[in-house]
Amino acid sequence: MSHVELQHITKRFKTVTALRDVSFEIQDGEFFVLLGPTGAGKTTTLRVIAGLEQQTYGHVLFDGEIVDDLPPPDRDIAFVFQQYSLYPNMSVYDNLAFPLRAPMRRMSEAEIRQRVYQAAEILRITHLLERRTSHLSGGEMQRVSLGRAIVRQPRIFLMDEPLSNLDAKLREALRVELKHIQKTQGSTTLFVTHDQIEALTMADRIAVLNKGRIVQIGNPTDIYDRPATIFVAQLVGVPRINLVDARCDDGTISIVNSSVHLPKPVSGDLPRTFKLGVRPEHVQLDPQGEFVGQLLLIEPLGVESILHIKVGQQSLVCTVPGMTRHKLGEELRFNLVRERLHYFREDGIRIQV
Amino acid sequence: MARFEEVGPRSPIIESTRVDLVHPRARLGVTIRAIVAIVIVAIMLFPVVWLALTTIKTRPDAVAVPPKFIPYFPDGLLSDWCMVPQLNKDGTPKLDKNGQPVLKERAECFDVTLEGIVGLFFERRTLTPAQQKQYMESPEFGWADRILLKRGLVITGPSDFVNRFRNSLIIAGTSTVLAVAFGLLAAYAFSRWDIKGKPDFLFFILSTRMLPPVVVTIPIFLMYRQLGIYDTHIGMILLYTVFNLSLSVWLLKGFLDEIPKEYEEAALVDGYSRMQAFRKVVLPQAATGIAATTVFCLIFAWNEYAFSLMLTSDVARTMPPAIASTQGAGGLEWAIIATASMLFLIPVVVITFALRQHLLRGVTFGAIRQ
Ligand SMILES: Nc1ncnc2c1ncn2[C@@H]1O[C@H](COP(=O)(O)OP(=O)(O)O)[C@@H](O)[C@H]1O
Ligand SMILES: [Mg+2]
Repeated sequence: MSHVELQHITKRFKTVTALRDVSFEIQDGEFFVLLGPTGAGKTTTLRVIAGLEQQTYGHVLFDGEIVDDLPPPDRDIAFVFQQYSLYPNMSVYDNLAFPLRAPMRRMSEAEIRQRVYQAAEILRITHLLERRTSHLSGGEMQRVSLGRAIVRQPRIFLMDEPLSNLDAKLREALRVELKHIQKTQGSTTLFVTHDQIEALTMADRIAVLNKGRIVQIGNPTDIYDRPATIFVAQLVGVPRINLVDARCDDGTISIVNSSVHLPKPVSGDLPRTFKLGVRPEHVQLDPQGEFVGQLLLIEPLGVESILHIKVGQQSLVCTVPGMTRHKLGEELRFNLVRERLHYFREDGIRIQV
Repeated sequence: MARFEEVGPRSPIIESTRVDLVHPRARLGVTIRAIVAIVIVAIMLFPVVWLALTTIKTRPDAVAVPPKFIPYFPDGLLSDWCMVPQLNKDGTPKLDKNGQPVLKERAECFDVTLEGIVGLFFERRTLTPAQQKQYMESPEFGWADRILLKRGLVITGPSDFVNRFRNSLIIAGTSTVLAVAFGLLAAYAFSRWDIKGKPDFLFFILSTRMLPPVVVTIPIFLMYRQLGIYDTHIGMILLYTVFNLSLSVWLLKGFLDEIPKEYEEAALVDGYSRMQAFRKVVLPQAATGIAATTVFCLIFAWNEYAFSLMLTSDVARTMPPAIASTQGAGGLEWAIIATASMLFLIPVVVITFALRQHLLRGVTFGAIRQ
């Protein structure tokens, strides 16, 4: 059983406040992702949980018990660092065995051997065991780092952007592998990333962190379909969400400087001016479409194409499957999927409708 | 160039793919560099060679002008070459009463004597010519005595040399170990934790090194006399340790700063205590820095002169002042001084040689990696 809870954690360094009143809970067996841009305080959060950094206020609880005063070795966690976690003057085997050889574990060499081989097999690095870590490729190193975490059964795995230093292909492969390992082992994991794709594909739940504050916690669907702020809406989703200034007069919504007018949703109140968010896939081309625009730019990606459509002074991005035969400058008609529009106040908070 | 044309592009160059190693012009460069290196080494080693030659010279030979640099053994190695027949004015060899040619030494040759080496280990007294003659005939003297008897000296007992050498080993060795050990702990703390007033502490530690030793010897002398540690091993070890600490803290802090703290933190979360992580993770990675610091501290403590001169007289006197004050019977005994200096070089050379793998990266302060 491993349940981790953060209660109102604030962490202040000399001049910066890295975390402000951060609270969340990670359930047993959950894959919890902390998503945020660089400098958001993700690493600091992990370090506080690991006991490598002492929080200024708040409590860390493991299984309901406060562990604020427990030093790192006694917290029984595994930490995959962003970089540097392998010892350069040891073989891969010794690196994997290192956590098990800690004097406090009093484990026999035979058992260590068995566990190391087991972990190596899961990660398919058995052939590397005799190598020095300085002779490994990036992907192999990161596998070994993960191996160092899974050789023991810690209370929780803390992973600090373990995939961000790898090239795109490897990242994709390891992403799938990691998720698979986590599910088959049923291990509780707190995974940190700045990559929204990693977050959406792997997470059971996501906490979005910005400037040391939790902005939203929810499962990937919540985060994607009901972003709590403009920040979250822009953070997840590629291509980015369309965000335009809009006005609301007498039951009609109109996008500023354009010819787009929509009826106001029946429920909910909208202020006079607000921001309208439209995901690119909810701008749908349709020869009988309600609105008309001019094709400004095409980005063909193969599996889909990104079209930039000029509507009045505004420009909307939309995606269509496959390659497109439309020509630049062409007049296009399109619809907006009304029930999937996002409304945000001027200060960025979502308006529930 | 020829090499490339003969081989042609179809067959691979097996030895090396590094153009800087196989290209003829590059190989010429390597040769030139090797020659330059050898010349520099020869120039650097010349004083040591000269010192070594002086250890086996008699006093007149040691100060002869022009200098003599080819040793020979009488009736042995090189003596055929070094002893040449003396010539008469008409160019014929000069003969003695028995019709044998009279031989003389070439100007650049000197005969090997062990005077200096024996003289270093024993106290000597000058004999009158009559005593010398009488002692020479006595069978009770061993080979060492005979070497000195030839010079008109007699051995009166063992010298202080062994004692002084041991003092140097004990004092320099212990103080180096202590300075590096304490320095390592202090440097680790400075490197890893936020200590209040850290820059001030570090500056203070460095400032202890700013006064030249000579300035503080008198106060320290008075202090030591009051404390009763004048002319003791403890006193000297204490002094050298403190003096070396500033160097060792600063050097080691630099090296420890280079070791990412993630390594220890990984060990901490893996279940190791701070001390275990330090031993298992930090120490092996700091080996380079520790080796370099050890050598620097050892060289200081080993060569230190001023403090030792002022703060020791006999019991704890170390080599440097002892060598400088070596006096023979009537004049400077160059051979003894040279022998003492040669022996004095050995420990530092041995230690430096033993730590050489770590040193190259160490003394460049990590500038060369792997
Ligand atoms: N040891 C530290 N001392 C001072 N400031 C720090 C320290 N560690 C992190 N910070 C600051 O805290 C903020 C959050 O950092 P971090 O948790 O590393 O962000 P992330 O991992 O999300 O990129 C940053 O502004 C960073 O500069
Ligand atoms: Mg980080």
